[in-house]
This record gives sequence, C-alpha cells and structure tokens, in this order.
Amino acid sequence: MTPAARFAIVIAALPFAAAALPSPAAEIPLNERLSAYEDMSRDNKAMQDDDTSNPGILAVLDGEMVWSTPAGASGRSCADCHGDAKSSMKSVAARYPAFDAAAGRPLDLEQRINLSREKDQKAQPFAAESKELLALTAYVAMQSRGEPIAAHEDPRLAPFIDKGRALFNARQGQLNLSCAQCHDDNWGKSLAGNVVPQAHPTGYPIYRLEWQSIGSLQRRLRNCIIGMRAEPYAYGAPEYVDMELYLMWRARGMKMETPAVRP
Amino acid sequence: MAARTLINVPPKAKRGEIIQIKTLISHIMENGFRSDNIGKPIPRDIITAFTCAYNGEKIFEATLYPAISANPFITFHTVATESGMLAFQWTGDNGFSQEATAKITVE
Repeated sequence: MTPAARFAIVIAALPFAAAALPSPAAEIPLNERLSAYEDMSRDNKAMQDDDTSNPGILAVLDGEMVWSTPAGASGRSCADCHGDAKSSMKSVAARYPAFDAAAGRPLDLEQRINLSREKDQKAQPFAAESKELLALTAYVAMQSRGEPIAAHEDPRLAPFIDKGRALFNARQGQLNLSCAQCHDDNWGKSLAGNVVPQAHPTGYPIYRLEWQSIGSLQRRLRNCIIGMRAEPYAYGAPEYVDMELYLMWRARGMKMETPAVRP
Repeated sequence: MAARTLINVPPKAKRGEIIQIKTLISHIMENGFRSDNIGKPIPRDIITAFTCAYNGEKIFEATLYPAISANPFITFHTVATESGMLAFQWTGDNGFSQEATAKITVE
C-alpha cells in the first residue's frame, strides 16, 4: 500500500472514531437561540402577551405595593430612595446577577433586593420564594421587559461565569445527566411529551402553570436538579447564582419577557 | 395581601355587538385534599361563586369547585346593549368576597 493510500484510509476512518467518542456539548450558536416562548401553544402565548390575562401581572401589582410601602427601622420604602421604578429600575434586571464588591461575588436580583432591605431599610429580609420577594422581584424585573439581556462584561464576573458553565456541563445525580446534554445538545426534541427548551432565563420570575404561582429561576433550577435525581442546593446557594449568571450570559442580547408564562 | 383582579372589557362597543369579557383574580384555590409536611390536612380555601351584573342585571354566573386552579381566569361573552357599568363579584370560603367594576360605552 502506498503511503498516500494508507493516509486516505485513516482519513476515511476518522468520522467513525469521532462518532464513537462522547461528543462534548457545544454551545448554541447566538443566532440559533430561541426563547421557550416559541415552544408554547398559541393559548399560552396569548396568556403571556395580554397584561389582563397574564397571571404574573397579579404578582407585579403586589410588587408595586411592596415597592411603595415603608419597611423596617428606617421607615423608608424602596420608592423613597429609588423613586419611580419605571425609570430607576429600567433594564436593571437585564444585568443581574451583578458583582457585589462587599460580598466579593455576584448576587442575583432577589439577593440584591434583600441586601438593600437589610442594609438600607433596616428590615428583616424576605424569605426565599416568599410571595413578597417574588412580587417585588417581578415588579423590578418587569421594568426591563423588551430590553436585551446584558453581556456581563464585568471582568470580575468572568471566573463566576466559568464556574456556572462548569456546573452546567457537569454530570450529576442518579441519572448522571448534565444540563448541557438536554439544553445544548437535544433542545427541540421531546422529553416525556414536552419540548426540551434551550433554557434561556428571559422571563424570570415566571408564572408557571404547573406551579400555579410565580417562581424564581432558582426554583426552576431546583426543579431540573431534582429531575436528574441529584441533591438540590439550598435557596441562595452560590452554585445557583453562578448557574444563573452563566445562563444570563448565555442568553446575552435576548429580550427580557418578565413576567413570562410557561407551562 | 388583598386579592388582585384584572378585568378586560372593551371600553367602547357598538350596540348589539358581541363583546368578550376576561377576568382574572389572585386566589390560592386550596382544594382541601392536601396535607402539609407533618400530615395535617390543609383546609379547603377556594372561591365558590362568581357573578357579573350589567347595569344591575345579572348576566353571568359560575360555580367554582376544588379542581379549578389557582388564580382563576374566567372569560365569557355578552351583547353590548347600553352604556354603563359591569360589576364583578367573587365569593368563597372563609368569608372571601372581592368586587371589581368596569365601564363600557355603547354607541
């Protein structure tokens, strides 16, 4: 056999060799990204689009009240310092989780709200997933509706984005699955009758019909972690925030939909 | 927190036109068949009745049951007969009562 012919055989065998190895998850190209809104039925889309039928708006109305109600030893409301949320909170949620110098790490919007509540209002922080915290977060995040998610270019965030990416790609639980295996490699296919979404956190807090309530991104992550039969982290765990940060970075430039409706 | 309502009634309609009315109310609709984490039953807490009156005349009513999900969304149609007020009322367990109104102009 001539060396050239041997080379040709090796080349021909390469695709099979590549197919036999587990392929590492590839990130979804930017122009192929889709919000899970696109996977919804016409009725569910209509529910999200109309502010008089979107049940997430009920939480937003509650949040508006929390925003303007004085709390804690300071006797001040959010509005006393921040004024009208429509201007002061515009596109704020689109750049969370953001780096907090005192904490030395990123905080998500719920944590940032609770920090201000503790530090500035001198009030008890709201419990994780409490009605008040979700309502206030939904009210703040709705001021970013239609705004593009920020690119998270703060260099201090880079190591945390990497941590989030590592968690997203790590196999875990009794099913030994990673987030990426479904949401990067197999989006658009079905999982028990549901379309596997690309997992872009464009509309949090979301009103999920299955929950019959509004819920945070951490609750949604917990949901998938339990689905993989892994041990979920406690609410507020840094692992969740790193994953939230990675997911927001992965969805950079996509439009915010808060409060989104999801089945 | 007090119950929140969202009402969608077209502000203007032609006489004789069929209009769609959409209502949404915040309510937990606890069905009474669940128990908490120590096994204690959670008592039922649902909306049991909904009515709509058009200038004082009842035009729609509904009875709600435990299988209806939280934050009930009720939508129905009526004929726009005259300008005036649509009054909505939800009543339920534990003395729950909530009202809302919406104006309509019929030309």
